[in-house]
Amino acid sequence: MAQKISDFRKLSKKFLRNGTAILGIALLSFFIVIAIFAPFIAGENGDNPYQIPRVSWSSKPIAPTAEHPFGVIGGRDIFYGVIWGTRTAFQLGLIIASCAAVIGILIGSVSAYFGGWVDEVLMRIVDIFMSIPFLVAAIILTTILGKGLDKVMMALIVFGWMSTARLIRGNILQAREEQYVLAAKALGQKNFIIIVKHIIPNTIFPVVVQMSMRIGSYVITAAGLSFLGIGAEPGYADWGTILSYSRNWMTMLDQSWFAIVFPGTAMVLFVLAWNLVGDALRDIFDPRLRN
Amino acid sequence: MTAYIIRRLLLLPIIIIGVTLIIFSMVWSLGPDRLLASYIKSPEALKTPDAEERLIRKYGLDDPMPVQYFKWLGNVVKGDWGYSMVGKDGVLQSILQRFPYTLELAIYAFIPIIIVAIWLGVISAVKHNQFADQFIRVFALIGWSLPDFVFGLLLLWIFYSKLGWFPPGMVSTQFDLAMRESSWHTVTHMITFDALINGRLDIFVDALRHMALPILTLAYLWWAYLLRITRSSMLEVLRKDYIRTARAKGVPERIVIKKHAKKNAMIPVLTVAGASVIGLLGGTVFVETIFSRTGMGRFLADAASLLDYWSIIGGALFYSFILIIGNLIIDVSYALVDPRIRLN
Repeated sequence: MAQKISDFRKLSKKFLRNGTAILGIALLSFFIVIAIFAPFIAGENGDNPYQIPRVSWSSKPIAPTAEHPFGVIGGRDIFYGVIWGTRTAFQLGLIIASCAAVIGILIGSVSAYFGGWVDEVLMRIVDIFMSIPFLVAAIILTTILGKGLDKVMMALIVFGWMSTARLIRGNILQAREEQYVLAAKALGQKNFIIIVKHIIPNTIFPVVVQMSMRIGSYVITAAGLSFLGIGAEPGYADWGTILSYSRNWMTMLDQSWFAIVFPGTAMVLFVLAWNLVGDALRDIFDPRLRN
Repeated sequence: MTAYIIRRLLLLPIIIIGVTLIIFSMVWSLGPDRLLASYIKSPEALKTPDAEERLIRKYGLDDPMPVQYFKWLGNVVKGDWGYSMVGKDGVLQSILQRFPYTLELAIYAFIPIIIVAIWLGVISAVKHNQFADQFIRVFALIGWSLPDFVFGLLLLWIFYSKLGWFPPGMVSTQFDLAMRESSWHTVTHMITFDALINGRLDIFVDALRHMALPILTLAYLWWAYLLRITRSSMLEVLRKDYIRTARAKGVPERIVIKKHAKKNAMIPVLTVAGASVIGLLGGTVFVETIFSRTGMGRFLADAASLLDYWSIIGGALFYSFILIIGNLIIDVSYALVDPRIRLN
């Protein structure tokens, strides 16, 4: 145990010496603060805070003013949408990534544990799910499930678990051949204990790295679906929904640039933060780069 | 290696059945009532009182799922992919009519993607940890985090709304009219190539001008990805013993990079480049929507917002076939090139 704690200290020290990692953590903390304090930064819209308040009934965009610092589009206050949209982005990213990871871990480990025809069948199912392009699959499933962010999440989870399943299966197969597992087996340890004590701790880190890297792409895909008008309901505090309003002004973006620049910047920084953190985690946990 | 290829080919029908089954079961889950709506072209058909039930029976929408699946699969094989509200034609016909435009965009995007990504990736590796490397890495990091629809909208705002340099669409109005005249020969259905065949350099240039922003949007995404691969592959090769030997022999650095390192570093890059072709063909949904181009991606986006189910399903089928066939080609040619797989 003492060994593990000192390992952890060494790793976290290494993490903090990495410049890009610090930038990633700083950006992420910034977004966490915004998400937590959203009601104090942008106010709260009555009973339904995730609905952007309507400030005008005209669809004409209104350039930023002191009252609406990011402007207004489709009658909706963009500042409110961007601030509360941070909460939406965290919900989307974390829920999709963790659900997809759990399914992937289950299927991947069952596949590796049983091997034989179970493995063959499960891996062919993975192949089949991977043969439908991710965005296209998400588009069909959300149009069929209907509008709403819960449907978007469901669609992205259904088509998002496969790479985790492959990753965990490969890692377990590799770990099974490691000396320490063979030694534990030789000592007569039960399979279950070997899995919990040796295999899982040694195969889970790559999944964590992959999860943090995929959060960004889930948020982008969900925003893309909203942009196409098949994601969140109109007026929902979601970055993609704000962007979708500019679809009506595509030839006059001069009058609605703020509806792209503000939610777009938020999205890029959010995705960048997760990518930086994921990159740094990979450098730390990759055993080939360690020592 | 023959065994590997045979195994891949034997798996192909399983994959195709699986993919069609997933796609069909999603439509089937809509239920007979909602599916019926996609068969009805005018409200007249529903006038009689029991029309709905009669039509559900007529189209077999209450049959058991396997029966419906095989009936649908049979129709797909025959080329009957249903009626497309977006295309106002058969779904397959609508897709085939639009596909050349997407293919054209992918072809033109592919060239700058490969050239620039390899160029930047090699510089980044050779100048490891120097200013150029840091700069290129930041460039890649931003591209990697920038959603294509955000980047596309920004480009459209700056280069069209503000500067007026690159308009959206496929081709300017006067040329669009010229292309509708009877003297115009449509051969490839790709505007630039048809323009060259018809000897109209002005239309060729105009079509390219309309493609500039979509190409840049697609390219940035792939630059970010491909140059990272090039960079890490180059860095790995540059650490190899034969590079040290070459340098020790006194081979000029320029030649070491060009002849000894770059050639060997290109194998992983080429695999990803192959994947990028599939990615480009399947990745135009947002680009075509933002820049009003009537390709495959736009077709899918329009179908999705109109809830035109048969078009969505058709588009998904078509995209999946591209992915399946493309991956097969890449895997087999990789097996042919890589001796480690070839000799196994």
